[in-house]
Amino acid sequence: MTHETPDDLLYTDSHEWIDDREDTLRIGITDFAQDELGDVVFVELPSEGDSLESGAACAVVESIKAVSDIYTPVSGTVTATNEAILDQPELLNTDPYGDGWLFEIDGQVPDDALDADDYCEQIE
Amino acid sequence: MNYQQATWTRETDTGEPVNEPLLSEKRTQTVTYDDVDLPDELVRDELTLPEPAEPEVARHYTRLSQMNYSVEHGPYPLGSCTMKYNPKFIEDVAALEDGAIHPDRPDEYAQGTLGILHGLQEYLAEIGGMETATLQPPAGAAGEFTGLLVARAYHQSNDEDDQRREVIVPASAHGTNFASAAMAGYDVVELPSDEDGRVPVDALEEAVGDSTAALMLTNPNTLGLFERDIADIADIVHDAGGLLYYDGANLNALLGRARPGDMGFDIMHYNVHKTFASPHGGGGPGAGPIGVVDELTEFLPDPHVRETEDGSFELYEPAESIGKVHGFYGNWLVLLKTYAYISRLGDGGLKDTSAMAVLNANYLASQIDLDITYGPFHHEFVASAGDVDAAEFAKGMLDEGVHPPTTKWPEIVDEALMTEPTEALSKEQLDVLAAAFTATNRKTSDELADAPTTTAAARIDQTSAARNPRLSWQDVGENDE
Ligand SMILES: Cc1ncc(COP(=O)(O)O)c(C=O)c1O
Repeated sequence: MTHETPDDLLYTDSHEWIDDREDTLRIGITDFAQDELGDVVFVELPSEGDSLESGAACAVVESIKAVSDIYTPVSGTVTATNEAILDQPELLNTDPYGDGWLFEIDGQVPDDALDADDYCEQIE
Repeated sequence: MNYQQATWTRETDTGEPVNEPLLSEKRTQTVTYDDVDLPDELVRDELTLPEPAEPEVARHYTRLSQMNYSVEHGPYPLGSCTMKYNPKFIEDVAALEDGAIHPDRPDEYAQGTLGILHGLQEYLAEIGGMETATLQPPAGAAGEFTGLLVARAYHQSNDEDDQRREVIVPASAHGTNFASAAMAGYDVVELPSDEDGRVPVDALEEAVGDSTAALMLTNPNTLGLFERDIADIADIVHDAGGLLYYDGANLNALLGRARPGDMGFDIMHYNVHKTFASPHGGGGPGAGPIGVVDELTEFLPDPHVRETEDGSFELYEPAESIGKVHGFYGNWLVLLKTYAYISRLGDGGLKDTSAMAVLNANYLASQIDLDITYGPFHHEFVASAGDVDAAEFAKGMLDEGVHPPTTKWPEIVDEALMTEPTEALSKEQLDVLAAAFTATNRKTSDELADAPTTTAAARIDQTSAARNPRLSWQDVGENDE
């Protein structure tokens, strides 16, 4: 099965995406990740103002198959969270790169972030 | 020949099966209140309550029970869960009038009850190789939590609680082990299995240290394998200053033959519904006593039962008790059933139980045509559904009139079917179960995708159930799409 991996985003080994086109970085999970998880039924988000250390578990995504921790790929302060997904966790499945984003964080893109091609290679 | 659930209710015009209506959908009455002495925002002035006649209620629940599947219907080989048949005499014992005593009755007027509780403490201690056992925790998982609080109290008494922050749990352990450790305030360190499915001694040696509070282990483990290195494992944990916790879920494999205490375990729980007899939860009361070695008895929950010099029994609070984990001395009638079962079986009966549990699992495994990588196993085995999704395989088995095994756990086996027939199945029943495996194994993926077709309810829409739970009958019908 092929998965969407937009060229203008950066990716991590643990299947998060990073959008660095604005001042703050927006984080979500990839199309591949949502497909592996299956129907998402519950999401827990960090709080605005939380200061996170890269690699820390900061959100939880629960599907009918599994509960997964989401690790922030970036150190910094959480500036916004996507409240809409708390009521509509299915957005992670239907629009993982759009309305299904998780949170925004003030920080630096990590050096080991992957581009779309590298990430595609990894999930194949 | 196989069992099929009843479908009692059908649409009048199409004959399509439909769910048995809820009692409140059958007949209700609206009651109104006006002068209630409560703040307005807390009061509903109208309440709609179900109002069926007694025969309607009786029929409703009988129908539901016939649309169901339980250990009273047929084989129920959920691995690790030990879903065995509970002999009916335990219910008779629990229904005796003398059993219905108020838990606040003074000790001197409750000697019979206290005597039985004390007797059970002693039975369990003897069976597990422990010094004594507390009967208070209301389930196996609650026993784990209690056991870890005891471990913590022990480390506190040695001034080591600040440093011993980690509980080590093998990757193949039951989810409650991780959860109990976290609830007791510990950091969980996960230990992967070695290639032969057991605890890797080298990796354990590296994982233990000054920060180790305890290692939680079940033996035989969830693959049904005996942890052969248990003596070394115990030494490693003890040398590091940690305690060894035994998850008793698999004790039915060892009953009367080997004791966790003799293997070096310090704390253990007994799932009385698995190893002995008492119904499996189902929302009702349960019991998960824990046994401890001598050094830990003073930390047990309050109250504990002891025998006095004149041979009577009394409740007391152990000197450094962790306090209460449940009301009074636990769920008395469940404990009484356990006591009755152990007394009736006696030493010889308990020994036969473990022999039958192991024989049944090995016979069943010999009759089915699926890969079983890990062995030699005891009372349960983990087969692989191979290229088939284990959950689909399980749905297919439902159409064969049996309950399927536990699926997808432990994760070390691909598409795991964790199978435990229990000691309570006859050879005929084991053959029925084997035939269900064989028939399911022959099904095409399309057939499996449609399964189950013969049960009272087909596939449940788990996603909608989780995203949009209807927690009151009043919501029924409201969110129908
Ligand atoms: C290996 C294991 N440990 C612990 C438990 C928890 O026991 P309980 O269901 O009595 O809380 C179970 C229950 O299935 C189990 O299989």
